[in-house]
Amino acid sequence: MTRDITVTINGEQHTVAVEPRLLLVHLIREKLNLTGTHIGCDTSSCGACTVLINGKSAKSCTILAVQADGASITTIEGVGTPEALHPLQEGFRECHGLHCGFCTPGMIMRAMELLEKNPNPTEEEIRWGIAGNLCRCTGYNNIVKAIQYAAAKLRGEETPSTEPEFV
Amino acid sequence: MITCKTSREIGGMGHPIKRKEDIRFIQGKGRYVDDIKLPGMLHMDIVRSPYAYARIKHIDASEALKIPGVVAVVTGKDLEKYNLHWMPTLMSDTQMVLPTDTVMYQAQEVAAVIATDRYTARDAKEAVRVEYEPMKPVVDPYKALEPDAPVLRTDKEGKTDNHIWHWEVGDREKTEAVFRSADVVVKEHMHIPRIHVVSIETCGCVADYDKVNNHLTMYMTTQAPHAIRTVIALVAGHLGLTEEKIRVISPDIGGGFGGKVPVYPGYVIAIAVSFLTGKPVKWIEDRSENLQADSFARDYHITAEMAATREGKILATRFKVLADHGYTDAAANPSKFPTGLFSIGTGSYDYDTAFMEADAVYTNKPPGGVAYRCSFRVTEAVHAIERLTDSMARALGMDPAEFRMKNFIKKEDFPWKSPTGWTYDSGDYHAGLKKAMEVIGYDDLRREQAEKRKKGELMGIGISTFTEIVGAGPSRDFDILGIKMFDSCEIRVHPTGKAIARFGTKSQGQGHETTYAQIIAEELGIPAEHIQVEEGDTDTAPYGLGTYASRSTPTAGAAAAVAARKLRDKARKIAAYLLEVSEEDLEWEPGKFYVKGAPEKAKTIQDIVFAAYTNHPPGMEAGFEATHYYDPPNLTFPSGAYICVVDIDKETFEIKIRRFVAIDDCGNIINPMVVQGQVHGGLTQGLAPAMYEELIYDEDGNILNGTLMDYLVPTAVESPRWETGHTITPSPHHPIGAKGVGESPTVGAPPAIANAIVDALSVYGITHLDIPITPYKIYEALKAKGVIED
Repeated sequence: MTRDITVTINGEQHTVAVEPRLLLVHLIREKLNLTGTHIGCDTSSCGACTVLINGKSAKSCTILAVQADGASITTIEGVGTPEALHPLQEGFRECHGLHCGFCTPGMIMRAMELLEKNPNPTEEEIRWGIAGNLCRCTGYNNIVKAIQYAAAKLRGEETPSTEPEFV
Repeated sequence: MITCKTSREIGGMGHPIKRKEDIRFIQGKGRYVDDIKLPGMLHMDIVRSPYAYARIKHIDASEALKIPGVVAVVTGKDLEKYNLHWMPTLMSDTQMVLPTDTVMYQAQEVAAVIATDRYTARDAKEAVRVEYEPMKPVVDPYKALEPDAPVLRTDKEGKTDNHIWHWEVGDREKTEAVFRSADVVVKEHMHIPRIHVVSIETCGCVADYDKVNNHLTMYMTTQAPHAIRTVIALVAGHLGLTEEKIRVISPDIGGGFGGKVPVYPGYVIAIAVSFLTGKPVKWIEDRSENLQADSFARDYHITAEMAATREGKILATRFKVLADHGYTDAAANPSKFPTGLFSIGTGSYDYDTAFMEADAVYTNKPPGGVAYRCSFRVTEAVHAIERLTDSMARALGMDPAEFRMKNFIKKEDFPWKSPTGWTYDSGDYHAGLKKAMEVIGYDDLRREQAEKRKKGELMGIGISTFTEIVGAGPSRDFDILGIKMFDSCEIRVHPTGKAIARFGTKSQGQGHETTYAQIIAEELGIPAEHIQVEEGDTDTAPYGLGTYASRSTPTAGAAAAVAARKLRDKARKIAAYLLEVSEEDLEWEPGKFYVKGAPEKAKTIQDIVFAAYTNHPPGMEAGFEATHYYDPPNLTFPSGAYICVVDIDKETFEIKIRRFVAIDDCGNIINPMVVQGQVHGGLTQGLAPAMYEELIYDEDGNILNGTLMDYLVPTAVESPRWETGHTITPSPHHPIGAKGVGESPTVGAPPAIANAIVDALSVYGITHLDIPITPYKIYEALKAKGVIED
């Protein structure tokens, strides 16, 4: 038994026949072949699958595809272009905010909404803001820096130094 | 100070250049194993045991097989027909691929279901009926050794107990004599808990067997693709799958930390099913399966003792370990070292007497004994010595910093021979601790603590000054299943002066595509941005033992430098020919050879490489390629001085890390940005077992926290803002003086945190708490001391 749903992903409209139990993340990864959105757990704990649904960050492993019927979804593939990276993408690279890259798309999608709502967050607000996304490699220091870098750039201000600081 | 010999454009060692690999990761274009989709691909899911120890009476797959899209259900009996139901572990023990009659731990693989898609496979898994006869499991490793304990490994002929092996090192009699006559002796019992690496990507594979060509391509999450190819050939060679017919591809890996070194049953079953069906088979485990069944780390019960003079000079240490290995010894260690490199546990201190022994036992828990961002049991050893050092300082009434300074090996005494047989290559422990103390303001903190204590507030300061041991390893001592632990690099420079370099290691986030390019850039002067690094494809990369135990820089990084130097020797010959001078008349500076005294007469590396293809000297082989298999003469010994400050709430016992300063010494630094990133990450992975993580089992062997809902991986909120720095003491024997760093902070952080917490609570007479130290554990300890009531 399937049901037709229509979703707009990264600006492109798709009508797909899906089983009602299909998770949104599997629609994105397996039916639409957008593999930048990752799966890191089965309990909605890690946030690797975070996408934007109508501008709000959401864990796509926690939502059924049918619930996204009619929605506009942005995945990492819809952020920036190779010629013009989004300030968050740039910030993650400039500040060494990633190692293995597996949590990175989810982190970036989560940070998009965070900065949309709070363009000038404190370190504390950033840390709480990404508390639903796990990273096992970086220890988070440089993820915080990457988001601060992007926030400055999005506000049109000079970006902070990206040289590593040592005590 | 980090000094650079090359320009930023060349980007050799010391430059914090941005990582090449990030470009694809930040745009969602990484290619991880679950992103691979092949035509006709089948999906595999695994039925797992609800019991820790049970006999399998019957498996009924009939309902599962009725589901449209289900292709097969595979059991141990099916694999037995091909002699694939057992496999060897890396420690030469044996492990079930699928059981034929008995399950040995909860969540063990019982059967595999194969279907045309992921959801159907999951439906079928639910439909498989298994009838079990539960038995009383052995969960406690101490009880496993009791005479009336049931013998778990009845598959081993003549086995009459649950003991696996005994290991010892050092001088037992001399140590006992020192302990008998010492002024002061301290003793602590510690459990280093069972934990899990939780790389954010779980394990998985796509096994693609081509019946027509009798060829297997295995895409899998492995840190050691070459070794895996050899293991597959050993396991499946009798079916005609010999090593040249196997290609292992390790694509981008979403974190490894040691958990992606072993061969898991799922991989072998996927290969078997692909072999039988001729179709590609994908297996991707769930997080919960990953936590419950994949290799654990640690689980060492340690009794640690130290003897010292009244004046504060360490005389000897003695460690006794009980290692809980689960139902098989599937640890990932070099063959000769069943406890890994635990014998580094004499620490950073100058004394000549030690004895260590360990016994390993079988229990009804998952197998393992892998790293968790740690080099072969070094974390366990370092935790023991650094906790013990604090206990001794307290017993002597000395400041723990002063006690360490008094006992450190002096920098002029390197190379230094440890009482357990290691030769430490270099170090400057005094400089590291001095720097850490200055940065954090140690003396002021002690004064503040004294004031706070008067007011009844709980503040603690903890130090850890550790010595790591990495870079396994020299072939005389180090092998895995007989294969020596060298590593390799092959460099090919194209006519236009751009290069590709391939390695036997495999990055899981360490940044090899950037840092290896920097090593070659340093040696040849070819800009790092024009050096493409490749790893993880056994058809193209030279053989190597893989990436774990902080061995990539010490082994493959060294191989890159030596291979590049071979090319520089060739370049010198070509330059002499082109400039019509003798080789001795040439000087090298990064990127060119020039004539001594006439710097305008020069040939750039690009000129030289072009000539190697277009105008090479008569009699010389054309081309510009070199390969090196590097066999390290010794291990490397990175070190660090960490200081942690905690405040503990007197009502809730919430522990707040106020500051954490980490001074690492990993020798010469290839890329300071990457090194710092590694240190940050390692520190959070040190915080995790110190305060949050432990796999907990009940008396029936049920795992109580087998999902990420209740296995607490630190988030950005728990993780403090790390303050990091370095001292630089190059390794004297490594071609570029580097030592490796990825795991140092995971090794060094837990005792610094534990020491800080114990320091805060020492006012109540507490000398030790097992990690993870939680508010509840503090509450229990204070209750036991009579400080608080129920």
